[in-house]
Amino acid sequence: MIDIANIKQDFPILKKQVNNSNLIYLDNAATTQKPHQVIQSIVESYEVYNSNVHRGVHTTSMEATERYEIARDKVAKFINAKSSEEIIFVRNTTEALNLIAYSWGLNNTNSGDNIVVSELEHHSNLVPWQFVSQRTKAELKLIPTTSQGTLDLSTLDELITNNTKLVSIVHVSNLTGTINPVEKIIKKAQSVGSLVCIDAAQSVPHMPVDVQKLNCDFLAFSGHKMLAPPGIGILYAKTAVLEKLEPFLRGGEMVKEVTYSNATWNDIPTKFEAGTPNFIDPVGLGVAIDYLSDIGMENVRQHEKDLITYALDKLIEIPGLEIIGPTDPEIRGGVATFSLNDIHPHDIGTFLDQRGIAIRTGHHCGMPYHTKLGLSATARASFYIYNDYNDIDKLIDGINEVIEFFK
Amino acid sequence: MLSNELNDLYKDVILDHYKNPRNSELLEDPLYKARGYNPFCGDEINLQINVDNNQVIQEVGFQGHGCAISQATASLMTESIKGKSINEALEIREEFRKMMQGENINLELLQDLEILEGVRNFPVRIKCSLLSWSTLEDSVS
Repeated sequence: MIDIANIKQDFPILKKQVNNSNLIYLDNAATTQKPHQVIQSIVESYEVYNSNVHRGVHTTSMEATERYEIARDKVAKFINAKSSEEIIFVRNTTEALNLIAYSWGLNNTNSGDNIVVSELEHHSNLVPWQFVSQRTKAELKLIPTTSQGTLDLSTLDELITNNTKLVSIVHVSNLTGTINPVEKIIKKAQSVGSLVCIDAAQSVPHMPVDVQKLNCDFLAFSGHKMLAPPGIGILYAKTAVLEKLEPFLRGGEMVKEVTYSNATWNDIPTKFEAGTPNFIDPVGLGVAIDYLSDIGMENVRQHEKDLITYALDKLIEIPGLEIIGPTDPEIRGGVATFSLNDIHPHDIGTFLDQRGIAIRTGHHCGMPYHTKLGLSATARASFYIYNDYNDIDKLIDGINEVIEFFK
Repeated sequence: MLSNELNDLYKDVILDHYKNPRNSELLEDPLYKARGYNPFCGDEINLQINVDNNQVIQEVGFQGHGCAISQATASLMTESIKGKSINEALEIREEFRKMMQGENINLELLQDLEILEGVRNFPVRIKCSLLSWSTLEDSVS
């Protein structure tokens, strides 16, 4: 069981008043709040350990380097990577996916090949592959969705073929909350010799994820969606894959030997971390991982499952409200997306904000899926460890008031 | 209880224009037309205008979908520009923009549109209110 009252105390922002009400933060799929432990670690990084990493022989530089590399070790352990070399620090999930697109996609796909994604992808796992497809003439294929907002797996045999070079799939959808059965998709992809990339931006923060068990080749996620600062993202890739991969950015630090005409590459992961890295935010991510590990990721998932079960039960009762995505909490993360008859999500969002309730409205970086549903925008409440049933009650009251107001 | 800001944003007149938009029929053979679209929220306005020989707006129609503010503004705008010349309509547009930015305004030009002043207190919603005006400009340019 999670002690929510205690957890809330760790988050200074939750004491904030918004429009004369306590902030009720339900926009966690966009970004999460930070506990004081993480905030303090950032302050400490600047006040005590600020120095460039991997370069200096002086004490503070060595300390900064150690903190940076300890953070990498924590990330590796958190997702059960075989070694810390398999963890590359990037800015965010989008940068991680672009790294794969540029370094792997442009060099390893050709006309006649195909890349498979799904209709549920966030723009960040769609647009980079559109780019690769346009450049290399590899075909971009889509796993379709069912009316429930789940992936239609009956199409896998037809879509994933001997010409498939990469399958890149979102683990948990930020649009529908759907927890996709990525294990099945990974097995299918590997049976035809394809690489597999998992967009784990909405899964790693919310449930146990084990990259060795999944056996995926790439996995990407962002620190800011799991209590850490917004400047740090993670690209995981298997050592064998990274060894063969071309660098993404070239310059300082990622090289071994440089002449005026040529250069050789440093070992992994440094080969993919050109220039001075963000050496502050990874430390914050390490502390965030400690915080989540203390709670236990099984407990985080159970808590969010309880919240989404409660929220869906209440939302379904509201006349004119349509839930977007599956209604089975077993296959749904803590993301409650909905639309209301005749009331635009922006009006809902503005109205709820007047009660201190923060939700997301819009297309949530999933325009094509909204177009498929015939909606231009939806409203989305998404939960994390500091949310409780009371927050959901306030949300439901707010929605009922919106409906009454626009009646 | 609604806060004062919320009451200013969603005044009864605004809600009335949202629920019962004026000039909401498209024209048969419009001289000027444009589609305004805001990809961020999906608000859409299709605006059509007919003028006489003196460039005075005789007929105006719109259809669209989106939030209350975007659709109510479109409805109020069509009422305000009917009978005005294209140039006068564009002057009203400029005055409306000024109102959204909190600058001094000429109420004689804006007239009923002053009711939308409360939108100013909601910075992310200002673009909802400006959509129909940029569509107007696109249609005649």
